[in-house]
Amino acid sequence: MTVIVTDTGFGPDTWTAGYQDDTALDLTSDTDPVLLVDRLAAQVQMIRIDFPSFADGRGFTIARQLRLSGYKGHIRAGGHVIADQYAMARRAGFDDVEISDQLAARQPEEQWLARANWQQHDYQARMRGAAPASA
Amino acid sequence: MARIFTPKVVTANALIEGDVIYLTADDHWSRDLAQAELITDEAHAQLRLLKAQSQVATIVGAYLADVKPGDNGPEPTHFREDFRRTGPSNYAHGKQEAEANV
Amino acid sequence: MYKYNDFDTAFVTERNAQFRAQVARRIDGSLTEDEFKPLRLMNGLYLQLHAYMLRVAVPYGSLNSAQMTQLALLAEKWDKGYGHFTTRQNIQFNWPKLSDVPDMLDALAEVGMHAIQTSGNTIRNVTSDHFAGAAADEIEDPRPVAELIRQWSTDHPEFQFMGRKFKIAVGAAAEDRAVLKAHDLAVRIVQNATGETGYQILVGGGLGRTPMIGQVINDFLPRADLLPYIESVVSVWNQIGRRDNKYKARIKITVHEHGIDDIRARVAARFALIRPSFTGADQELLSEIKTHFAAPNFRSGSTETYGAAYKADPVFRAWADTNLAEHRNETHAIVTISIKKHGATPGDASADQMRAMAELAAKYGYDELRISHQQNVILPHVHKSDLPALHARLKQHDLATANIGLISDIIACPGMDYCALATARAIPVAQQIATRFDALKLEHDIGHLQIKISGCINACGHHHVAHIGILGLDRAGVENYQITLGGDATWTANIGERAGPGFAYDEIVPAVERIVTAYLDLRTDAEETFLETFRRVGMAPFKAALYPEAVKKVA
Ligand code: HEM
Ligand code: SF4
Repeated sequence: MTVIVTDTGFGPDTWTAGYQDDTALDLTSDTDPVLLVDRLAAQVQMIRIDFPSFADGRGFTIARQLRLSGYKGHIRAGGHVIADQYAMARRAGFDDVEISDQLAARQPEEQWLARANWQQHDYQARMRGAAPASA
Repeated sequence: MARIFTPKVVTANALIEGDVIYLTADDHWSRDLAQAELITDEAHAQLRLLKAQSQVATIVGAYLADVKPGDNGPEPTHFREDFRRTGPSNYAHGKQEAEANV
Repeated sequence: MYKYNDFDTAFVTERNAQFRAQVARRIDGSLTEDEFKPLRLMNGLYLQLHAYMLRVAVPYGSLNSAQMTQLALLAEKWDKGYGHFTTRQNIQFNWPKLSDVPDMLDALAEVGMHAIQTSGNTIRNVTSDHFAGAAADEIEDPRPVAELIRQWSTDHPEFQFMGRKFKIAVGAAAEDRAVLKAHDLAVRIVQNATGETGYQILVGGGLGRTPMIGQVINDFLPRADLLPYIESVVSVWNQIGRRDNKYKARIKITVHEHGIDDIRARVAARFALIRPSFTGADQELLSEIKTHFAAPNFRSGSTETYGAAYKADPVFRAWADTNLAEHRNETHAIVTISIKKHGATPGDASADQMRAMAELAAKYGYDELRISHQQNVILPHVHKSDLPALHARLKQHDLATANIGLISDIIACPGMDYCALATARAIPVAQQIATRFDALKLEHDIGHLQIKISGCINACGHHHVAHIGILGLDRAGVENYQITLGGDATWTANIGERAGPGFAYDEIVPAVERIVTAYLDLRTDAEETFLETFRRVGMAPFKAALYPEAVKKVA
């Protein structure tokens, strides 16, 4: 089982359609976002990007490219994402994070909620002069 | 048969202080290499290393270091371990300072 | 000097609170060591051979006297009374305890400093020309642009877990004093034919295992495009850079494998996507930042006391000849304080010395100090009439060594004395070379000669771009030192050429002496520097001097 982390804390997975049909994509971290944009059909509503290790930060770049290319659907970070990366994920354009029960037990809800203030102290938003990419 | 096993000690750094430490035969961590358990059996070495690595709240970066038996306990075979045991050569800091204070 | 605004202060306070919590979570088991390590690294905390090491950023090498005084406090309160200035304009403390580091970071925040992104696979502390704002040969002060990049790169959500580190340097002068061509990305402020100011961008430079010289990816970038362009470069690399082998992860390898034209095209495509998200706020911020770097009101007045002391006092004269550089205001000079006393550890300053330098900056230097990549400290603006008094004070604190640019002004990394990655010592080699040439009383006669020493292939000591580079290796369990000749860290950047087999620890100083003796014989006159002589005569005569045995055998 997994836990979905949002700005309000832990919750269950409400995406029930799975990743088999063409409304949802399950992506690996070495996906080329440029090629992906060409593939993005209108019906895609959910994109999950895998973090095989928390040290593999390519997913952040993929999410941001999707947002900059105009994708407005849901983007989820799944796999080994740690609480300390929650703000980065949100700023890069992810809507939520999916973690294992085991990780949720080791890094409980309050450690994630501590980063729910991701819209504050954001140098890049200041530089761009616009709201963060996902807003 | 297997190649000859070079004797080992289990060494790491203390989590809070960062000091170089060595695992003793009675399961303590000593700052003095001479106090370390000299391990001459490969299987036993792996067991001791696993035991050390499980102590995540006290130590960091445990590994097996080559040593040779000496008159006063284990001694380093490589200059890197000699520096770890002693401290830097440009100041009498680290272990050298501790010794100067006793 | 840049002064934190409320946003910066709130950011650093929040970040320090996060790190304090991360330390607690490491101790209570919420974070594994594997997870904690990148978090502590992105806050400047390493684990070295004997202890932790905290690397504090001195952004683009600029600091004021209050900041320098605070560094002295850190050295005294939480370390062993000294700090080590590095080639990347940082200062390292070698002995902090993990549990003290959050307090050290809070103390730094009090004076507008931090250790963020001084390590880890992030965009590192932005470096710049250590004479910025004072040099006679610059188009403009490069520090506002460096500060803009510092803010943009700080906590950048996309770039905290990259394949490897990413180093940026900014320069704006005719002479390159920031080793721009050895950086992952270099920004050079330039003017085009119509007199418009913009940026030349280089990528793919780096030292380490595979040294490479940066290449021009954009010859003239309009000012408003800088941040989106850099963001595009880092974004492209973060996506396609290799993650299978850490020695092939730096952008220099990506550029090498794909070719500069392919990278340029990818960056252009990404730039088209990113550019519209910048609405111009960064340019307003840049104008605001610039006001912090307005030049001080340079004093006028007679420089007679300087001329008189120069004539009368040979010790002062020797110091003035080596340690002063031309200032853009002719009544002023740029003073380099040598942190390379013969026989001392290059780059190490005691708390007392830091405090003295802070005081002198406040008294004679418009409150400004700089750290150079050559591991020295600079007072960028000193009125010439104050130089004799300044020199006298420096002498009292063992800070008046007259050797800038000379053979004893050696760059040395921490090496095996501190560094967990080292394969040999670097510091004692530097100490012995400096002591030896001081005893020979030859160094002023030898003139400009840079020796740079690294304790392993990572090349933190810049040995590749030294006139005489020394690389310490481990050969079958003993220290062995390889020599390279003819490296160059300026606009004419060049990777030094290996001279031949390495030397044992006790042979390396005599080997360097043989090279220098050969140079003294070979040079046309005292005006020809070591590098010029090397370029004229090539490796052969130096090789013959280094390996006399081999020559005999052939003969
Ligand atoms: C003491 C702990 C240090 C560690 C563990 C360390 C580690 C490293 C590593 C692994 C590299 C190679 C990176 C790569 O090519 O991907 C490197 C490069 C470098 N480091 Fe250090 N370093 C240390 C200290 C220093 C110091 C004291 C300085 C300045 C004196 C410094 C400045 C540099 C520079 C300039 C480079 C090479 C330039 C480049 O290609 O990035 N480092 N360091
Ligand atoms: S060159 Fe090697 S030994 Fe020297 S500081 Fe860098 S990593 Fe350590």
